[in-house]
Amino acid sequence: MQRDTLVSFEGVEKRFGGFVAVQKMDFDIRKGEFLAIMGSSGCGKTTTLRMLAGLEAPSAGVIRLAGQPINHLPTWSRDTPMVWQSLALFPFLNVRENVEFALKMRGVGKADRRRRAEQWLERMQILEFAERDISQLSGGQRQRVALARSLVVEPEILLLDEPLSALDAALKVRMQSVLKNLQRETGITFVYVTHSQSEAFSMADRVVIMSRGKIEQIGTPQEIYRTPATRFVAEFLGSSNIFTGQVKAAAGKSVTLEGPAGTFTLAAADLATPPAVGQKVSLTVLDARTRLAATAPAGAFNKVPVRMIGEEFVGATATIYLETAQGQEIRVQKSQDDLESLPLQVGKDYVAFWPHEDGHLVAEA
Amino acid sequence: MSDTAQDINRNPAIDWGLKAYVILAYAFVFAPIAASFVFSFNSDRFPSIPLGHFTLDWYRAVATDPLVWEGLRNTLFVGVTVGVLATALGFGAAYTDYRYKFLGKQVYLALALLPPTIPVVILGLAMLAYLSRIGLSGNALSVIIAHVVICAPFAMAIVRLRLSQMDPDLEAAAWNLGASEWAAMRHVIIPFAKPAILGALFITMAVSFDEFAIAWFVSGLNETLPVKVLGFLQGQVSPRINAIGTFVFVTSMTLVVLAQILLTGRGAKSRPAADE
Repeated sequence: MQRDTLVSFEGVEKRFGGFVAVQKMDFDIRKGEFLAIMGSSGCGKTTTLRMLAGLEAPSAGVIRLAGQPINHLPTWSRDTPMVWQSLALFPFLNVRENVEFALKMRGVGKADRRRRAEQWLERMQILEFAERDISQLSGGQRQRVALARSLVVEPEILLLDEPLSALDAALKVRMQSVLKNLQRETGITFVYVTHSQSEAFSMADRVVIMSRGKIEQIGTPQEIYRTPATRFVAEFLGSSNIFTGQVKAAAGKSVTLEGPAGTFTLAAADLATPPAVGQKVSLTVLDARTRLAATAPAGAFNKVPVRMIGEEFVGATATIYLETAQGQEIRVQKSQDDLESLPLQVGKDYVAFWPHEDGHLVAEA
Repeated sequence: MSDTAQDINRNPAIDWGLKAYVILAYAFVFAPIAASFVFSFNSDRFPSIPLGHFTLDWYRAVATDPLVWEGLRNTLFVGVTVGVLATALGFGAAYTDYRYKFLGKQVYLALALLPPTIPVVILGLAMLAYLSRIGLSGNALSVIIAHVVICAPFAMAIVRLRLSQMDPDLEAAAWNLGASEWAAMRHVIIPFAKPAILGALFITMAVSFDEFAIAWFVSGLNETLPVKVLGFLQGQVSPRINAIGTFVFVTSMTLVVLAQILLTGRGAKSRPAADE
């Protein structure tokens, strides 16, 4: 399902003095999608969002909204409301006045303003708090006020800058579904900046992963999870085992690499340019696809001898921590049921293995 | 009080010592003013103990003295004008500091906050020399100019403190919701800073109301009340001074207390506490 482009970043760059906060980036935001921009702090994700909001001016490049360049527009002339990490609710206004603010600034009449604000308060299930002061609200209620305040103008796009970071874990999960439903029902394009993988992956249609001012990968959560484009992405997600080595042989999509942990074969190397012999590359394989046995299995598998160093249970899945002879940590994820067939003991030797087609090749930066 | 016995982490000797200390400190500060207050109702011409009988004669004498009324008129006119001008200037300076980063900002701040640290006699002399040169000495306007110079830094400090408590995203959030810079100033910055702005207004009025030294240098014939009081004192010792003193004290304290209520009472509400 390919949708129309709403926003496009064309060669956009942002420098603060000598510091490059955002390197030249090109990407599109589609109409009606939930896009998450994810990365660790200082990766340029918030700067990207602020450029779109008109709070920072790009140093180079063009940002288009619905085809029109918006670089020159001040933030108050764009329809790009933002939900702030601090929420930035006006403490001297009550809940209803906060929500009415944007309408007031647009010269909407008093009665109309009130009606529209109350509609959104009702939709966010906080109408009963309309006349309260902000200081009398709980964290979750404030969150809803902030959303209503931004959505009351019914914009085409809503920007969210880590809005859930101040909430406790349970409330965070609840707000995630509120946000996702809201986005689905309204069809408004959401651009959601976060450092949390679980937030990005649970809500977004597409995820942009940034590191040090650069886009590392854009894709659906599944694409990114299954086939991380770079070693950074694989490490950042932390859901794959990564083996580094040199290409020994490459024939079509089949690649053999040799590294300290062993020699591995990939059945379907999907690098844009086929790797040359001798090139340094990395192989990633998902924790959940890595299997474990007491003795080396027969058949066409990649195998690594490992020693168990620990295990960790989260609900019905267990993560087993193992170590190769070189001291590299390997993780294997198994359901509780799977584990029953394999007696586990810390300090014992096992073999980690996976089929050739489960490996994935990433370029070494 | 009744539950002090339960409080095992308190030493009653220290508690009482601290209470006595506070009471003594206040007594030291307010004794002269209290004495002036008491003697303003005393029938004896000279302040002495034992007191004579209670009287309002001195207040009556003050109230019927046209010179006092003229002084009061000057003082009020100057005080209100100074309050408004100094607060406007101070707000501008504080907002500049809040909003902008620029080269030499530290110097700008130091210079802006400098006037109250200059000895008033020197400031008064300098004002007289300067204002007389440009033909502005000896009238109410000259007192206003001089008082704005010393009051504006107070206003700036008060407003600046308030702005520093503001969520730095608030103004940008207003812009983002469609407010132009002027609209954000009107609908966000000023409402947020309002308690401090009113507080600064009252404090600067009180400072101007009480200020003597500079007013003495530059007021010429348009003497303010404190300057008039000195005039009285030099001419004759009269309990009328106590009456005026009491009046000036009550007025100043009212202004200062109003400012305090605004700055502390509402201030606590400024930022939502991170509960939950």
